[in-house]
Amino acid sequence: MADSARGLDPNWILLFSAWFIACTSTLGSLFFSYVMDFAPCVLCWYQRICMFPLVVILARGLFPFDRSVIKYALPLAGVGWLLAAYHNLLHAGWIPADMQPCAKGVSCTEEYIELFGLLSIPALALLSFTAQISILIVLKRRITE
Amino acid sequence: MNRILFVAAGAVLIAAFFIGSWYYKRERAEELGSMAQEQASVFVRPHSPILGSDDARVTLVKFSDPACETCASFSPFVKQALDTFPGQLKLVLRYAPFHEGSDDVVRILEAARKQGKFWETLEMLYERQNVWTRHHRVILSAVWPLLPEVGLDVERVRVDMQEQKIAAIIEQDLADATTLGVRKTPGFFFNGKPLQPFGARPLAALIKAEIRAKYPE
Repeated sequence: MADSARGLDPNWILLFSAWFIACTSTLGSLFFSYVMDFAPCVLCWYQRICMFPLVVILARGLFPFDRSVIKYALPLAGVGWLLAAYHNLLHAGWIPADMQPCAKGVSCTEEYIELFGLLSIPALALLSFTAQISILIVLKRRITE
Repeated sequence: MNRILFVAAGAVLIAAFFIGSWYYKRERAEELGSMAQEQASVFVRPHSPILGSDDARVTLVKFSDPACETCASFSPFVKQALDTFPGQLKLVLRYAPFHEGSDDVVRILEAARKQGKFWETLEMLYERQNVWTRHHRVILSAVWPLLPEVGLDVERVRVDMQEQKIAAIIEQDLADATTLGVRKTPGFFFNGKPLQPFGARPLAALIKAEIRAKYPE
């Protein structure tokens, strides 16, 4: 069993990195909407519903290190991943546009698509959920072994 | 050790967020400032309706959507400012019809302009906005009965609003709104400076400051 007093346990570091990614994504999404004034679309909000709690849940599992956090965090990240995947398919045009739920925002806003270098915002979300899920799965395997 | 790492990481992320927003806002302001000098046409196009004296040294640009509630509630503030500083302040109105069906209302406004009743029509539409919008949607059929109130010839409006050049005006204004980063309405600019923070009080304060800077007594 990992003990937080014992210093940097690899399992703890793994969980910590997942938390760090969740934090970065959360702050990043807040940056997009409150600093850069991009209005979040409906799908973005659903992904946020999955992303924001991960910051709290994963942090709770760090002190003291608690393996059961995987059980609670993984489904949430999984749902977020599915939503992000769907969003990316919409973005890429693989799903016909008439199925697109993101019309104009609720307030006085324009379209939600914005590019950040090469990556779109939904691509960043997918990347983040993928990274978190991979880390949690690796962690699960390490612990059960 | 773990705790220190946790707290440090959290602090770094939060600091990055605030430094990032400070940096982004500064860059944005600089960009807009140079744009105001180099390509002033992004802020004012020849087709843009202007209220106030041409010689006024302070220009307030308002990107506005006739169907936007906040634009309507800001309208009296702007009008009051124009009355307070006659000859010193002018308003340039730009269209940002983000709401559904709002471009039709812009067309009506442009048609009203041909009858010399632009500002009256705009003011009336803002005042009676609750009559012709429902859940941020324009109900065009509710607009028509209001138009005779300001003495518009409705039949002529129906014809004039179909003009091709109005579409070009809307397109140009929307393109300029994108260039200037206007994603919400109303979007205010003073001699190229965006209104920040947003609000009626900051607007009044900025107007006063700009007037004082351009008309030192």
